[in-house]
Amino acid sequence: MFHFIVRRLCLAALVAFTVSAVAFLLLYLAGDPAIALAGEGATEADVLAVRKQYGFDRPLPVQYLGWLSNALQGDFGHSFFFKIPVVELIAEKMPITLKLGLSSIVFAIVLSIPLGVLAAIKPNSIFDRLALLIAVIGQAMPSFWFGLMLIVVFSVDLRWLPASGSSSWLNFVLPTVVLGYYATPAIMRLTRAGMLEVLQSDYIRTARAKGLLPIAILFKHALRNAVIPVVGLAAVQLGFMLGGSVVVESVFALNGAGYLAYESISRNDFPVVQALILLFSLIFVLLTLLADLLNAWLDPRMRVH
Amino acid sequence: MIGVSNRTEPQSLTKGPGRQLFERAVHHGGFIAGTAIVLVVFAAAIGAGVLSPYDPYIQDLGSRLIPPVWQDGGSWKHPLGTDHLGRDYISRLLHGARISLLIGCVTVAISGTLGTILGLVAGYFGGRVDAAIMFLITVRLSMPVVLVALAIVAIFGGSLTIVMIVLGLLLWDRFAVVIRSSTQQIRDLDYITSARALGCSTPRIIASEVLPNVLNNLIVVATLEMAHAITLEAALSFLGLGVQPPLPSWGLMVAEGKDMLLFDPWLIAIPGCALFALIFAINLVGDGVRDITAPESRS
Repeated sequence: MFHFIVRRLCLAALVAFTVSAVAFLLLYLAGDPAIALAGEGATEADVLAVRKQYGFDRPLPVQYLGWLSNALQGDFGHSFFFKIPVVELIAEKMPITLKLGLSSIVFAIVLSIPLGVLAAIKPNSIFDRLALLIAVIGQAMPSFWFGLMLIVVFSVDLRWLPASGSSSWLNFVLPTVVLGYYATPAIMRLTRAGMLEVLQSDYIRTARAKGLLPIAILFKHALRNAVIPVVGLAAVQLGFMLGGSVVVESVFALNGAGYLAYESISRNDFPVVQALILLFSLIFVLLTLLADLLNAWLDPRMRVH
Repeated sequence: MIGVSNRTEPQSLTKGPGRQLFERAVHHGGFIAGTAIVLVVFAAAIGAGVLSPYDPYIQDLGSRLIPPVWQDGGSWKHPLGTDHLGRDYISRLLHGARISLLIGCVTVAISGTLGTILGLVAGYFGGRVDAAIMFLITVRLSMPVVLVALAIVAIFGGSLTIVMIVLGLLLWDRFAVVIRSSTQQIRDLDYITSARALGCSTPRIIASEVLPNVLNNLIVVATLEMAHAITLEAALSFLGLGVQPPLPSWGLMVAEGKDMLLFDPWLIAIPGCALFALIFAINLVGDGVRDITAPESRS
């Protein structure tokens, strides 16, 4: 177990390091940051001065290590557009995205696990078909379009929910549905497959033979085991949702980190983009690490590998 | 000829594997429906030049925002209406099919080649090579696709070519994962060992023994990834960082209709439905291929 944890931690650190290099290179590709920083109407001398001041004249690996050591200390430089530290900007927007991500994953789990279980208890029943339909539609619906159609129905026609903004919890309802629905098919399919497998296992047959209540068998014995891989998947899906938040927050003008990322890309504000790519990737690395450790803890068989 | 019709041999003996595949395909409703829709979209894309009643780029400011024929004020002159610049909507929709399919095919060609090579190499050689490629896959999976694609497109400028290249270079992960595990499953089977014993070179074994036997999985992943690429292109174009106007990308059409959402929701409903139908159909084909080629793995 100890070896497993150490190896897994090393891998996560190595991935994080590689991702940081890619994020740094993106800014490098984006063109001369000195010109962007010096602003419009700057003379050549100004640009040169800025380049010297920020150290853009140093060799690339040196710049990267400098950037990395600053980043490790929580300094991602200044936003070209807002002229304030990137960290402050992200700290302000990130809670909204985290709120959206968490509520979406809760929505996805609440929708998909019961449906997956029902589908597995009675294969080919109406529930199974409903679950399949939801999964197939969810896989085919572009999230931005689903969001707009929800706006048309619930904001324009029915006037129940706001179409944009982030002032109250009502603003989170539609984005949560869109982002959560996106994760539903995968979680539902895995729940269904896991339940089907578990329900055919010997210990369930023993439990049935002992005369336990079907409900007790289902929840105490079957679901507990079937849910193990789902936990890992949910964590991974939460990571994917951070990426998805870029599109969904832009549709609903929800003022979180995803929307900030989109706007910063449109404004060529690359220090912000770079920090957000790194941050989203790190959260993903962390979530998959947690999922693996949790799985190993829940399922002793996994520790062997 | 007498007696031929009375022959009663077991079916499985008389039918070749190709024939069996064909019969399973014909009886698979999802596969047939999906294939039909995909073929219709392909036909629309190829025949867009002939089928379109108007030029999709010609603006007619005198006839802007005409609703589709089933709404009040619509007419058969413009069956799906016109957009905010007076361009005929059905002509744009038909030409948009070209963009979606082109994106899907070219992206999958790039990502499929990359991912398949990585998967074959990782699965066949194992050990350090496998570890290195798995690391590459992990790094790729850790980076948010939409965000990275948006950033790269913003740097190099949005165009059809850039979007295809960027998506092709980003979406190889699932190919690599699936091909790697299917290669691992067969690399120690007898026919591979015998090819090795015969002295076949490694590239030859991979190309003519391993590859044909992972082809089923490759086709399944290719269809699903094609749908993925089409969705992503639509999302990028919707956000203004994909295919650029005046090209009639379906995602871009949704974006242009977004401002008229209050009074003319059909502007976003029509291209959105087209996108949905195409992605839905491609997924049906993918699931169908999986069921047909490996019926024993159906749950």
